[in-house]
Amino acid sequence: MEFVTNHPVLVVSLVKIVVLMVVLMTVLAYLSWFERKIIAHIQSRWGPYYVGAHGLLQPLADGVKFLFKEDLTPPASDKFIFVLAPFLALTLSMTTLALIPFGPTVSIFGHPTQLVVANVDIGLLFLFAITSIGVYGVALAGWSSNSKYSLLGGLRSSAQMISYEVSLTLSVVGVLLVANTLNFNHLVEGQGGYYWHLIPRWNIGPQIIGFLCYFTAAIAETNRAPFDLPEGEQELVGGFHTEYSSFKFAMFFMAEYANMVTVSCLATILFLGGWLSPFPDRWTLLQYLPAASLIGLGLYLAYDTAMHMRGIARIQLAVVTLLALGLGALCLVPAAMPVAQGPFWFIVKVVLLLFFYVWTRSTLPRMRYDQLMNFGWKVLLPVSLANLVVTSFLVLLKEMHG
Amino acid sequence: MTLPFILFFVFAALAVLGALLLIAAREPIHSALSLVLVMISLAVLYLLLGAEFTAAVQIIVYAGAIMVLFVFVIMLLNAGVEERTNWSKLAKYAGLPLALFLLLELGHAMSQWSPRAYGTGTGMAGGLTGNAAFSTVDLSKQLFQKYLFPFEATSILILIAILGALVLAKRDE
Amino acid sequence: MNGVPISYYLVLSAILFGLGVVAFVFKRNIITIFMAIELMLNAVNLAFVAFARAHNQLDGLVFVFFVIVVAAAEAVVGLAIVITIVHNRKTLNVERVNLLKL
Repeated sequence: MEFVTNHPVLVVSLVKIVVLMVVLMTVLAYLSWFERKIIAHIQSRWGPYYVGAHGLLQPLADGVKFLFKEDLTPPASDKFIFVLAPFLALTLSMTTLALIPFGPTVSIFGHPTQLVVANVDIGLLFLFAITSIGVYGVALAGWSSNSKYSLLGGLRSSAQMISYEVSLTLSVVGVLLVANTLNFNHLVEGQGGYYWHLIPRWNIGPQIIGFLCYFTAAIAETNRAPFDLPEGEQELVGGFHTEYSSFKFAMFFMAEYANMVTVSCLATILFLGGWLSPFPDRWTLLQYLPAASLIGLGLYLAYDTAMHMRGIARIQLAVVTLLALGLGALCLVPAAMPVAQGPFWFIVKVVLLLFFYVWTRSTLPRMRYDQLMNFGWKVLLPVSLANLVVTSFLVLLKEMHG
Repeated sequence: MTLPFILFFVFAALAVLGALLLIAAREPIHSALSLVLVMISLAVLYLLLGAEFTAAVQIIVYAGAIMVLFVFVIMLLNAGVEERTNWSKLAKYAGLPLALFLLLELGHAMSQWSPRAYGTGTGMAGGLTGNAAFSTVDLSKQLFQKYLFPFEATSILILIAILGALVLAKRDE
Repeated sequence: MNGVPISYYLVLSAILFGLGVVAFVFKRNIITIFMAIELMLNAVNLAFVAFARAHNQLDGLVFVFFVIVVAAAEAVVGLAIVITIVHNRKTLNVERVNLLKL
């Protein structure tokens, strides 16, 4: 026990890392459920329905399937790189989430701490650095499969990623010019305050073009529809993950979802105000919103369990109901209420952006590769540059005239 | 054996390991990956020296763009296994001992270097204590005030490089 | 907290530079030779940053920035030349491209 009191920083960091890893793995698994349900409902069908109540056990079934599939390695491939590529992709996408702050400085068990694993002064630059190394995972996967289709798919995919990375970084510079810092905390705190005490001063207002450029570049960077030609069309042949089976394939998909989550988290921090509530601080009744929403969800699930479910689905949904009610009750505890505010709004905004991701996937047709590269270099890059120039001009004007 | 020492030795060992793998690898793709390992461990060493921006630029530009270019070229040219030739006797029996002797002498000379001969700096970062990080704001001020001309000249240099690559890579139609 | 002495970084830089020279001299694949050049440039960058810390001045970091940019430009043009050589001579071995005429 003295270890805990003598090294408070270390213990708190370890707890944060464990919590983040557990939450992240669950989120990655259930993001696939989320995506399939939403695409299905947009296409007027049900989606996962039979495996557990509302299809909630589908990710578990998928995970079991991936674990038990046969793990093939192509015979003449480079075995070290073949195994390295999915590990690289997955670990790099998960590492970026250590930099993201989920909430302000709160006091947990008397120890004041920021809800972030690593508060780096140049956090934004580091996140882009880790993203730019993520290109290796895709390129090496294509190369080590020892197949022409995989190689071409891998090269195309990585060329797309590095092209859109330029626009991604440039569209963010507008925000940096206003905020004058690369630290995520200061970026979020700079978005506090309200216009006319009502509308929050988030960066999406002045930097709307930057936000649109950023989001488009992010969709292309993470190889999602409508920019997913390297992994979509060649689904018949497969693209860079053709020769991968079972768990390595699952790692690539988890890496893609983790990239999506990272990019959405970055968008909320830079443009949507991070953990700040959209409602003014004077409306203190809204402090109960996390607890109220969780308990409301729990009550609806309880009603659903009692009325519609039978058998094992009933037991499973009852467990989820108890979980939701328990979390809601936890948020009502006075010590935990300020801790729950920041992450609640952060998660709401990230889920909103992920919903946009899935929405564009199910609505827009795929772009051809040359259209994609044309768009990236000839449209998105000039628009980001123009945004940068106009923003810097306006910042200069504001500084000159007070 | 405080933490900076441990970190230094771990990442210095990784860097030297990467350089040795670069020499010893039989396939160019393995050499490229070991060079990426060297660059990343050097970025961590820059962090230990307090140069945060330099570490980030090293990873974004060097490891994340230049080496990706190398990897692309290796994959496109399908560079295969290197041929093995025998080293000449002169290289083996005279070259290696001379190289080792040179390395020892260089290492001895460098380890004698001490900061006492130069005093504390009085440049832009004058007033920093020994272990504070370099500030990105000061670095950008230097870049845009004192070193403005080289900055603009390198932008023209990059333009020339792009044009050169375009001209060279175009096949004769 | 006592930092690591600067001379340690300089010795490491010298070792890396020496290994880069060895790779440059003994390897035959032209792309590997190029990578040895990049290794030498990295070793020099490390020396620059170490001296910047030693004198507490930022000028070393500005130099590193320019070295990285110039290395990028050089890698681009050099690899374009390599691609042209491979199209013409069909080999990556430098010992086979030692004549001006095929």
